[in-house]
Amino acid sequence: MAWAASENRYADDRVHDACGLFGFIDTSGRAHPGAIAVEALCSMRERGNGLGSGYAAYGIYPEHAERYCFHVMCKGRHARQELDEYLRRHFAVVHDEPIPTRETLGILDPPLLWRYFVVPLTAQMGGRSEADYVVHHVMRINTTLEGAFVVSSGKDMGIFKGVGHPDQIAEFYRIEEYEGYLWSAHNRFPTNTPGWWGGAHPFGLLDWSVVHNGEISSYGINRRYAEMHGYACTMRTDTEVFTYAVDLLMRRHELPAELAAAVFASPLWNELEQEPPKRRALLTALRQTYGSLLMNGPFTIIVARQGELMGLSDRIRLRPLVAATQGNVLYVSSELASIHLVASGLQHVWMPEGGEPVIGRLGQAPRIPARMLQEEPIHA
Amino acid sequence: MPDATPSLELARAGHPSDLTLDARGLAYRALNEQLDAVVTAGATAVRLVNVHGQRYIGTNLQRRVRIDIEGVPGNDLGAFMDGPEIHVHGDAQDGCGNTMNSGLLAIHGSAGDIVGHSMRGGSVFVRDDVGYRVGIHMKAYEDVRPTVVIGGTAQHFLGEYMAGGVLLVLGRRLPTGATHPARYVGTGMHGGVIYLRGVPNQAFLGREVGLAPLTDADRALISDLVAQYNALFGLQVQADDPFTKLIPQSKRPYGQIYAY
Repeated sequence: MAWAASENRYADDRVHDACGLFGFIDTSGRAHPGAIAVEALCSMRERGNGLGSGYAAYGIYPEHAERYCFHVMCKGRHARQELDEYLRRHFAVVHDEPIPTRETLGILDPPLLWRYFVVPLTAQMGGRSEADYVVHHVMRINTTLEGAFVVSSGKDMGIFKGVGHPDQIAEFYRIEEYEGYLWSAHNRFPTNTPGWWGGAHPFGLLDWSVVHNGEISSYGINRRYAEMHGYACTMRTDTEVFTYAVDLLMRRHELPAELAAAVFASPLWNELEQEPPKRRALLTALRQTYGSLLMNGPFTIIVARQGELMGLSDRIRLRPLVAATQGNVLYVSSELASIHLVASGLQHVWMPEGGEPVIGRLGQAPRIPARMLQEEPIHA
Repeated sequence: MPDATPSLELARAGHPSDLTLDARGLAYRALNEQLDAVVTAGATAVRLVNVHGQRYIGTNLQRRVRIDIEGVPGNDLGAFMDGPEIHVHGDAQDGCGNTMNSGLLAIHGSAGDIVGHSMRGGSVFVRDDVGYRVGIHMKAYEDVRPTVVIGGTAQHFLGEYMAGGVLLVLGRRLPTGATHPARYVGTGMHGGVIYLRGVPNQAFLGREVGLAPLTDADRALISDLVAQYNALFGLQVQADDPFTKLIPQSKRPYGQIYAY
């Protein structure tokens, strides 16, 4: 992992604070400019320290919507050539091009950034599903090709990230030129791990993106569990394992977001005992089956895939999370002010409890917690 | 401590004491520098408009000044504040009144987590609801006693590690005598007092607190704080409903853990 180490030229002595998260989904599918995510994230500048920022956008490649889009980072021409050959051996490359960037003050030595629109070669799939085939090759690339990383690998989505402040990364990747119905964004304040291009958030695999504020104390056991299921942790940060846990639970084991949330932020045992019998049995079974994917320690995450966004904080909410709705749009953020900045006339604003997921799905009106609908309106 | 004399001279010279600062696009440092400059120059009332998440507003202003905020102020509003009166006309974020010394914070809306974190004196009034760990590590010294009044309900770990001061939660939208939703109220509490209109969530009460009967002094204090709350927000919450008093069971709940 020489690359990760060499990227950490920045001082490690910066004050540790907290990351900033922002995301939204327009459940009607209407596309919104990236400038919204940029403006909201930049208003939380103090939550990061310039050692990482990034954006995930969905619905941005309609002309290639049925092809897997690989966003890749390469440390040099040699690495990119190797990666290029690797991809062409295992996929039909329909189109490839550099990811458009512009020279940006403060963005130092960016890696080579390329995107490939590909179709898996059926003859090589050997009975695997397309998604499993993609995951297999992403893991192979990330573990065996020196100086090359796959940043995202989903259909009609992409992740844009690197070392810099939110405004710098947005300018560098020309985020304002993209329009998507779902965005998530991250301003990084690395605490235990180096700041480097691959270690910026969002983390991606297939069409998953994960942004995270906090630290996962249970990382060791979570990582071992992910590795048992074929995932390789190569990014030198705890958030990566969250991405693989999400893929395992929600794609391979087909758990809905609500149940995945109950695995990651399981109720405390004494709270579980107070649940009605059927729900208690369900939660107990989840805890027994997936105890190794309980994410212990302070965290808030925003997880997204095509058509779905979930915000979730740990079970005793040691990191902030605010949610709001305006018409068909569901917003989640570390700070309320960032939502007000980009959306006027919010209908509902709430602070989800620890372990209480906030979920937005394409084609479904944003859901409001039942407790809010029972109460009389605040401003009556 | 800035000299108070210039403000009198400015006032005599007809200096406008009520002025407006537009916070749009300002970083927190620039906004707070502007605020400090006008207050030092003698302004006694300042209106901040288009506030969007700027942190530390009111920090270190050791003057009697009224600040009205339109927009959402950032974290640590009034941190270390010593004297001013701040009104937020809407919602606030996390850490309101962090280590505040004296003065008044009035949130005409809801506030986030850790309101009154390590607060040492002064008052915070929140019209509606608050997030997690409100009143965490509040403290008191002799007759200096910080006060936090919440009009709505609090989320969990209310009064965590509380060492002194007064927390009053009115639950004004709960029916009379209802159970508060907050779990783990008073976890690790070893000083101060928490009053709830209604009753706490007994199944998940913090281990370090117990219920105590209300004295006449408690009732007088509650009545006074409710009157202040009603006056600030133009509401009519009744102080004669049943209240619950929670106090720590030990002054050193972790003495066995940390002491050798």
